[in-house]
Amino acid sequence: MGRHIVKLPDIGEGIAESEIATWRVAVGDVVSEDQPLVDMLTDKAAVELPSPVTGTVVELHGQAGDMIAVGSALVTLEVDGQGNVSAGKTGAASKVAAPLPEAAKPAAAAPSSAPPTKVSAGPEATPAPSKRRASAVTAAPVLRKPGDKPLASPAVRQRARELGVELPYVSGSGAAGRITHADLDAYLETREAARPGAGRAPLAPRTAVEEIKVIGLRRKIAEAMQRAKQRIPHFAYVEEIDVTELEALRTHLNAMRRDDQPKLSLLPFLLRALVQVLPRYPQINATYDDEAGTVRRYAAVHCGVATQTPNGLVVPVLRHAETLDVWQMAAEIRRLADAARSGKAAREELSGSSITITSLGALGGIVSTPVINAPEVAIIGVNKMVERPMYQRGQLVPRLMMNLSSSFDHRIVDGYDAAEFIQTVKSALEHPATLFMEGV
Amino acid sequence: MGASIRTQVLVVGGGPGGYVAAIRAGQLGLETTLVEADRLGGTCLIRGCIPSKALIHVATKYADLQRHAAAPHLGIRLSAPPQFDLTEAVQWKDGIVDRLSGGVAGLLKKAKVRVVHGWVQFSDAKTCVVKGEDGETPDAQTLIHAEHVILATGSVSAALPQLPLGGDVISSTEALSLAELPQRLVVVGAGYIGLEMGIAFAKLGVEVRFVEAMDRILPTYDAALVRPVEQWLKQHGVAVHLSTKALGVEQGDAGVSLTVQSGDAAPQTLDCDKLLVAIGRRPNTQGWGLEQMAVDMNGPFVRVDAQCRTSMHNVWAIGDLVGEPMLAHKASAQGEMVAEIIAGRRRAFEPNAIAAVCFTEPEIVAVGLSPDQARAQHLEIVTGQFPFAANGRSLTMQAGADGGFVRVVARADTHQVIGIQAVGAHASELSGEFALAIEMGAVLEDIVGTIHAHPTMSETFPEAAMAALGHAIHI
Repeated sequence: MGRHIVKLPDIGEGIAESEIATWRVAVGDVVSEDQPLVDMLTDKAAVELPSPVTGTVVELHGQAGDMIAVGSALVTLEVDGQGNVSAGKTGAASKVAAPLPEAAKPAAAAPSSAPPTKVSAGPEATPAPSKRRASAVTAAPVLRKPGDKPLASPAVRQRARELGVELPYVSGSGAAGRITHADLDAYLETREAARPGAGRAPLAPRTAVEEIKVIGLRRKIAEAMQRAKQRIPHFAYVEEIDVTELEALRTHLNAMRRDDQPKLSLLPFLLRALVQVLPRYPQINATYDDEAGTVRRYAAVHCGVATQTPNGLVVPVLRHAETLDVWQMAAEIRRLADAARSGKAAREELSGSSITITSLGALGGIVSTPVINAPEVAIIGVNKMVERPMYQRGQLVPRLMMNLSSSFDHRIVDGYDAAEFIQTVKSALEHPATLFMEGV
Repeated sequence: MGASIRTQVLVVGGGPGGYVAAIRAGQLGLETTLVEADRLGGTCLIRGCIPSKALIHVATKYADLQRHAAAPHLGIRLSAPPQFDLTEAVQWKDGIVDRLSGGVAGLLKKAKVRVVHGWVQFSDAKTCVVKGEDGETPDAQTLIHAEHVILATGSVSAALPQLPLGGDVISSTEALSLAELPQRLVVVGAGYIGLEMGIAFAKLGVEVRFVEAMDRILPTYDAALVRPVEQWLKQHGVAVHLSTKALGVEQGDAGVSLTVQSGDAAPQTLDCDKLLVAIGRRPNTQGWGLEQMAVDMNGPFVRVDAQCRTSMHNVWAIGDLVGEPMLAHKASAQGEMVAEIIAGRRRAFEPNAIAAVCFTEPEIVAVGLSPDQARAQHLEIVTGQFPFAANGRSLTMQAGADGGFVRVVARADTHQVIGIQAVGAHASELSGEFALAIEMGAVLEDIVGTIHAHPTMSETFPEAAMAALGHAIHI
């Protein structure tokens, strides 16, 4: 058993002394290597000093608030091996002389009133490397004297600079306390491990920049979005829909569905509303070739369904929605989404839509401003369904409310018509029976 | 107004600071423009380091041949004394300068740096006009606006008011391109520039005298290091007037008369054919609009921080313009760094040491702290010294008899090497290893543990380190 005196290292900023902020250990504590011993205050920051060795705290050389000179003893530890102080000369002048707990008492316990001794941190104090056990405990940082520049090769200095590490905080294991790449690695690890908590070295800025070539699907998306936003004057319109009745119907249908029937989401009902309402607004179910100056109005409802895939946004097309019932629509939506996500969607399944639905409902969000899927002239966005207090005939009642956020190509669709169209869709969705009636 | 240029980086000055900054900026993909009024290469290449070393080489070779002509030496006898033609020597020197200057132009082109020739005049920190040769006509003027400006205007020879340059009173620039050898040369200033030039002329047979206001030559180096140079001057009959002030000069048909005064003694007159004023250099801060740029000064120099930033946003300054040491390799290192910082990298100029070399006879190299400087910093040190006279390779090159040595200064506690100096023929070539040792934070044991090839002069370095540890082998 030997003694290891931990001295206050140069903690940077050219300071000669530092104030003890908080002791993190007490006499008798068993500390492991890198465990924080004490927080020291400088002008700028609290600095946490880790223990360079594993051992038992024998003595604390000061109380919180005391000023300690750089290079002075801070803590005396009882360690395995010979330590850095020869036995019999231990016990530098003590301010907090505490009785040793029995367990920690060294075999040759010296009285703490023994005269102070000069403890060298130079190479002489390092035991021969052949004594493996001893060298493990005395791999103490070489303590820099105040004002000494940390010693490191240009490459290590540059790397520290890039990492935002202040070298005075890093202890060096090389000859003369030289800081090696390995020391820097070790410092980074301890710093990472000690992240949560107080009294840390300054936060390092993140400086990495990743450059990614925009290719493939992403480039396609980028081009399409840019074209749409550059050429189409978007008219956005948001309305809230009371979907309490619709949601009751949907829940009921799902509860009584047959095993071969898919689970219904809200989308088939919205599609159903579009199928019913769009014939009255032919300018909305259309595509606009702005170079040829031609609008094509469609009798059929070919509805794009915006789908998030691992590679980005894809819009598969549900064709002839007017020919499908809600169950068939739900099945078709699921099939198309699966095909798009697995990249197996055929070309014709990804083109030819005359209007598009986009739903971020599951993610939440009050309003969105969807970008029109050119050459279409309208896109209907679905926002999250939430239960909200609403007034009905003077009574405050909980209702399920959902916003539709839509965009229209204002060159083709007038604002008045767009608003009327959404109001008609709203009316259909709020009275779900009408979704399945002819002649309304 | 002629052309108008907008550029990311504008480098002002094509010397070793500016051209390196421009090449690195170009390599990093920055749109870079370099302005230079003279040829590319700066003082270093055109009228400093390179031409003076060429002249020194010629002078040394000539002195060698003369020795062989005077008496058989190393078994070599010349039947007639060598003939010297200064014009041809200057042409040879100019050829080297041309080649290197052309090389700089090629490197700049390869790095896609636009080079604009002309005199620069700043109107604000980021805007300047470059005037070509006939700069008064508007067409020959180029307006440049830059996001970043790197000032690398270097330095010019300092002058003394009582010794106005002109006629036979010359600076080192003219001394490198004389039409004929003077018979008598007086050099005012025994710093490294004056000594290098004066010693070269002495070797060419010129009667050379030095006038130095301080009480010793090469005042920035310690006395032990300078002693072999003093010895050489003494042996070769070169007079050195120390603690002597130059009071004034008169030029007549018969040459130059310099009035000097040593202490309180009566003034005396030194007659000569040429008077070389080599009292040092001052930063080139005049005549190009620095005062329009609102940058803070540090005495005669431009004030910069550890990243070579001036007080003006995105205006940088490097090299001789920002302070001592006024050395080409410092300027280049700063130039390279500034280009990288502009490109977004994190850098700082904080070398452990910058080597300084004097091509005197013999040569001097110094890196880091001298023993006296270390003691002045209250460092406990050990030193070790090894003479070239005990080095085999030195003896085979006749480089062992000039009193030269290598000296290592290390901290007593950690053995970290903090200074290395050498004096001796060819010693300048050791500077790289010396600087590397200090920059890498080597300790004496590292030097000793590195096997040095035999027979080379570099063997003296580990021997000196062993001497510091108390066990040199060969002394």
